Amino acid sequence: MTEERGGGAGGGMSLNPTALLGSGAGLGQQLVGTTVAVLLGLLVGAALILLSSALSDEGFDPFLPITAYWALLEGSLGSLRGIGNVTNVMTPLILVGLSVAFAFRAGLFNIGAQGQFFVGAFVAALAGASIALPFPLALLAALAFGALGGAFWGFIPGFLKAWRGAHEVVVTIMLNSIAALGLNLLASTLFKDPVATFPRTPDILPEAVLPIILADTKMHAGIIVAVITAVVVWFLLFKSTLGMDIRTTGSNPNAARYAGIRPAAIIVLTMSIAGALAGLGGAVETLGITKNYPAEYNTTYGFDGIAVALLGRAHPFGVIGAALLFGILRSGAGSMQRATDIPVDIIVIVQGAIILFVAAEPFLRRVWSRRRTAAAAGAAPAGSPA
Amino acid sequence: MTEGATPTPAQGPPPAAVAPEASKRHGEHVAPSLAMRGITKQFPGVLANDHIDLDVKPGEIHALLGENGAGKSTLMNILYGLIQPDSGEVLINGAPVRISGPSDAIGRGIGMVHQHFMLVPVFNVTENIILGDETMANPVVLDERAAEGRIKELAAQFGFEIDPRVIVGELSVGMQQRVEILKALYRDAKILILDEPTAVLTPQETVEIFGVLRRLADEGTSIIFISHKLYEVLEIADRITVIRRGKVVGQADPKTATEEQLAEMMVGREVSLTVSKEPATPGETVLAVQDLRVDDDRGSEVVRGCSFEVRAGEILGVAGVAGNGQAELVEALVGLRKTRSGSITLDGAVVTHNSVRDLTTRGIAYIPADRQRYGLVLSYPIDDNLVLTDYHRAPYSRFGILNERAIGERAAELIPAYDIRTPSAVVSAATLSGGNQQKLIVAREFSREISLLVADQPTRGLDVGSIEFIHKQIIAKRDAGVAVLLVSAELDEILELSDRIAVMYRGQLVATVDAAGAEKERIGLMMATGQAGGTDDVEGQR
Repeated sequence: MTEERGGGAGGGMSLNPTALLGSGAGLGQQLVGTTVAVLLGLLVGAALILLSSALSDEGFDPFLPITAYWALLEGSLGSLRGIGNVTNVMTPLILVGLSVAFAFRAGLFNIGAQGQFFVGAFVAALAGASIALPFPLALLAALAFGALGGAFWGFIPGFLKAWRGAHEVVVTIMLNSIAALGLNLLASTLFKDPVATFPRTPDILPEAVLPIILADTKMHAGIIVAVITAVVVWFLLFKSTLGMDIRTTGSNPNAARYAGIRPAAIIVLTMSIAGALAGLGGAVETLGITKNYPAEYNTTYGFDGIAVALLGRAHPFGVIGAALLFGILRSGAGSMQRATDIPVDIIVIVQGAIILFVAAEPFLRRVWSRRRTAAAAGAAPAGSPA
Repeated sequence: MTEGATPTPAQGPPPAAVAPEASKRHGEHVAPSLAMRGITKQFPGVLANDHIDLDVKPGEIHALLGENGAGKSTLMNILYGLIQPDSGEVLINGAPVRISGPSDAIGRGIGMVHQHFMLVPVFNVTENIILGDETMANPVVLDERAAEGRIKELAAQFGFEIDPRVIVGELSVGMQQRVEILKALYRDAKILILDEPTAVLTPQETVEIFGVLRRLADEGTSIIFISHKLYEVLEIADRITVIRRGKVVGQADPKTATEEQLAEMMVGREVSLTVSKEPATPGETVLAVQDLRVDDDRGSEVVRGCSFEVRAGEILGVAGVAGNGQAELVEALVGLRKTRSGSITLDGAVVTHNSVRDLTTRGIAYIPADRQRYGLVLSYPIDDNLVLTDYHRAPYSRFGILNERAIGERAAELIPAYDIRTPSAVVSAATLSGGNQQKLIVAREFSREISLLVADQPTRGLDVGSIEFIHKQIIAKRDAGVAVLLVSAELDEILELSDRIAVMYRGQLVATVDAAGAEKERIGLMMATGQAGGTDDVEGQR
């Protein structure tokens, strides 16, 4: 009962992200739960692969899931080149995952990471194309501008929530659309590269490019930025007074006020920092991969960040682990398709299933423990001589 | 209640609503409607129930008395099918049963009224009562009229005055409790479990609910009444079973038992129910409040021009029926609520609009009425909770970075000093019992340098052992020269601890009296009517 009150402190019927953190469960339990969720997700994928095999003309192959998953692993981790692809996918996932996780800790659901990612990517593209400085400075400036752009896009819902109580989920959904379509418009009109065939912003200067850090691969330095950021976020959340302010606000807003914390200030600050993290994710993707902002920028990294944060239990290091898993699944999916003709879409289903099992974990845990008690109770009278 | 019961004058029960003959019908020959035999339940690290036996006869009100964590809830959860015992058996009307879950328990005529009501506030009384047990006109349409008719019948039979169509959210807490009881009766409950039913009630509502319970018992319902309020148990129960650390330590007859005896059985040692304290030696004025006006959440003025002072080394008790503006007054004093007008002066400085953190730094300690909602972060470990109001200060942090060693040292010092019973400082506060949670808050607030203590319902829901401890701590703070403002719905607590008593009625302090020589009945009357009565020892409103 006390656990329910602790988790439910965020209030009533509204979305309460802290309930998803699995509070009450220890670290060990969380690790086990997450591993089980991942395995169950892979099993669902395996079942679908078997089904597709049974329906195909080439005859049923009971070992197809193993072949497919092996091809996936080999394609992602089987070579340095593959590993480089994995870290490149991981990089934005980590940063956007950190954004969502950070907001979770304050009891906020940052659906807006997608929009903040776009704004960060766009601002970094403009800064990278126009700030003429020597190598590390131009890059750092572009990264900083990207983060600032994201921070601004996160500040808006934070401010509206603190000022008028507007729910951040609703506001950020709107801001996602505004960012996607508004930046599309800007990239194809005002900031369009005049020489480009497809509408996009000008390419960034070479001094602003994230350098390749492993020869003969595409691995760019963004992964270093992402991992350092994760460590900084961990320190901020768990070792600083600001982090304690944020976590207290997220766990029990009433107690936060009692402790002298001003929740309004914390909400604005948290959303700004969360925005900066997602914006940094966008900036890293621009400066490492796309090198410009295409008008039809088609990515779902921002939304994937929600899944990464959930799987990583809103812990910075958990986010790195979750991003690694998703990075492997994604960058190996192509190899899997080439080797077995199984569409890459199956991996999207696996990802979805994993998240579903993570979300369902408290429920599954309860069913499991009830069955155990029932079994124990059922065994007791049978064993006792009447 | 007969002449044999000898409660202490200070804690005597309100006028008994119990018929003297009520308990005579329960001769020893009556077969119990419920018997629990040798119930044992082991939880990791705790033997929650250790061969507990319990009998309840038809028409009997059987009180289950015990400290927090004694095993009362575990036993009742076993009876209600929420948990299964490791061994032992439950017999209903003499037949052994295995209760697999709450729906099974309900089917066997067991009803439970939880301390926290399980009602849907936007539904009306009928909808709440039939929820989960709907009367259907046909497979798709509810027959609300038939249900309403049955509820009216039940209400008439047991003397409830309730309109089945009124929205539950608009009912008082006392009436909501009746809806909960009706819910159980609607399901033909013959054995009714009430878990601390009076914890949320005003004294008047308590008297009323006792009338209802007595009527139910007279109609043949068996009632298990869980409480740790001794005088209530003596007043309402036909029989008392006392549990301590998972074992039945004995039974008591309310006709002959005294509160002291029951307290000793519960705690296992002699407990002083009365607070011993020296006369106060008031010093400088610490808190001065002038014509304070405060709004509630809905914007209506509920503190309407309060003026008072509290001096160093004295306890000012604010008595009043809950909901007369005490909660808002306290929140305004500690900076959690904006004031409309008036002024608050602390140690000579005007602090009417200062922030919570500033007031904490200036030396206000605050024990909130709802410890789980305001006083603690339940998911945090104990050590973090012990610095909740000062982690932003040295030595617990420097330059915004937490000093985990200093935090750990403070926990290592306070946990034994305040007798917080926990296996370690890093388990979450949610794992502590209510009494230990309150001790944690007291430890945190009292170990700071303070000049004013604001204590709102500091012992609500606690057992006698914890109450005794916290009362002693409050007196010790007073003797150390701290000004104490005590707000409590328990008039006995106000009478025992306070040096002066202010009565709050409809947002105003209608009278301030010297606690020495204050009569409980007169203060009770002032609480109920707002009339000061006009005798000599009344200072009136200043």
